Amino acid sequence: MTVHTGPHPTRRLILQGAVSVALIGLGNLPFVPAHAAANDKYPEEAFKLKNEADAIKALYGRTAEPSDKVKLDAPEIAENGGVVPMSVTTTLDKVSSISFFVAENPNALAASYKFPDGTIPAVANRLKMAKTSNVTAIVEADGKLYSATKEVKVTVGGCGG
Amino acid sequence: MASSIRVRATSNGDITEVQTLIQHPMDTGLVKDAKGELIPAHYIQELKFACNGKDVFVANWGTAISKDPYVKFSFKGAKKGDDLTISWTDNKGASDQTTAKIA
Amino acid sequence: MKAGSALLLSSVSAALVALALTAPSVVAADKVDPATDAKAFQNFFFQKFPDVKHEDFVNGPYSMSEDMKRQWQEKEEFPPYEFALDAGKEMFSTPFKNGKTYADCFPNGGNGIRQNYPYFDTKEGKVVTLELALNRCREANGEAPYSYVKDEMASLTAYMAFTSRGKPMDIKIPDDARAREAFENGKRYFYTRRGQLNFSCASCHVQSPGERIRAEVLAPALGILNAMPIYRSEWSGMGTISRRFITCNSQTRAVPLEPQSDEYRDLEYFLSYVANGLPISGPGARP
Repeated sequence: MTVHTGPHPTRRLILQGAVSVALIGLGNLPFVPAHAAANDKYPEEAFKLKNEADAIKALYGRTAEPSDKVKLDAPEIAENGGVVPMSVTTTLDKVSSISFFVAENPNALAASYKFPDGTIPAVANRLKMAKTSNVTAIVEADGKLYSATKEVKVTVGGCGG
Repeated sequence: MASSIRVRATSNGDITEVQTLIQHPMDTGLVKDAKGELIPAHYIQELKFACNGKDVFVANWGTAISKDPYVKFSFKGAKKGDDLTISWTDNKGASDQTTAKIA
Repeated sequence: MKAGSALLLSSVSAALVALALTAPSVVAADKVDPATDAKAFQNFFFQKFPDVKHEDFVNGPYSMSEDMKRQWQEKEEFPPYEFALDAGKEMFSTPFKNGKTYADCFPNGGNGIRQNYPYFDTKEGKVVTLELALNRCREANGEAPYSYVKDEMASLTAYMAFTSRGKPMDIKIPDDARAREAFENGKRYFYTRRGQLNFSCASCHVQSPGERIRAEVLAPALGILNAMPIYRSEWSGMGTISRRFITCNSQTRAVPLEPQSDEYRDLEYFLSYVANGLPISGPGARP
């Protein structure tokens, strides 16, 4: 796989148009993924950032507001930081993505899921947590960001050793 | 070799529920092995589910996903017997793909 | 001096004989009686945890904590031992180089027999565990034995446990002094303190199940082997009964024994026998 370094977040919107135009010009070159809109690419940069606020900005380009329409289900105390089951459900309409951030992990962004039309806006997964931390779920709905945050206590960290 | 992907996809007529477990080390790049050497990061970056020629769910993952990752979601518009194609690629360029029938 | 101590000794012996003659009930209590032991062992847990359903003890720490139980149920939707189970199933049906299979080594083709292990082999005069029987099967068919602690051995036992799920543990102690002795040895090992922390198996798993030792919730000893082998998040992988015993010893800063040493075999015999009647739940998932 070719490693793409994503565009700098502040230039994302401007570049998006340019990349689309470029792709039409390039046609189906082998390194171009099938759905090559800029926002369909793996968000390499956002995953590399340490700080949660930076990662949210890199991924979405703006901030989220807390909403009781986002329900984050996670344990009070993780039995083991290596495997922490958590899930998100929402009553919001027109959901296009749901992302998980673990503030105290070495890199805050853990996962980002895309929801095409017809997919129910809910997801369950299992995350690693280095230590006790706030976990934030962000739901992108109708172009806006909504969040829910919960603290999960970790007594056995999920980073090996 | 057996597929790295286990999938259960069941339809209740309207909604198809999908659960997947993938065999993958999901190494963070921060853990040392028995000899004290860092195990290089090795993790799935993208996981896609397609049904009837259309993506129904896309996961972008970092290193904080647990070893042998698990994910569950549901979608509309498929029926029993339809094919669900699951594919992943990791940061080292490895990939795997499987197709499951919706039960 | 010598005469004096000889005299003392003989009088002690005489006193013992007298005691034995006058107090037969004391002698009877000292007799090895596994059935009574098992009953007392189970009743201890049933009374200590009146709210835990009897068959739930085989779920270890998850029978002790609601929050943990929810995390476990979430994991069980697609359990982490799934890959080991699949691998074990495939290994079990793949013939050895000589064309034979594991099924040829076991009663009922190895299907649904986990609850009968370990058993006491009256010919050998020793306890035979499932892990030991599997490696003996391999060696008898010209294959190299597996490591007792993980990987292939865990996959094979995971599959065999799976075919026995829900069946009550059914360990027999034949009418053989050596079998009762093996049970007694296992019991002694279980209750003997050892290691730098001076813990016995019972210190944690009888006295303190449900409580935390550092970060972990301790599992009850009752039914602890019914869930084996287990995927432990702490190990990021599978482990066998042998591995469980070894880690218990090393966590209390004691010197672990060799897998399938006589002491471990006897310990497994004791722990399995006292769980008679409780269902097999393996393979299991644990923190």
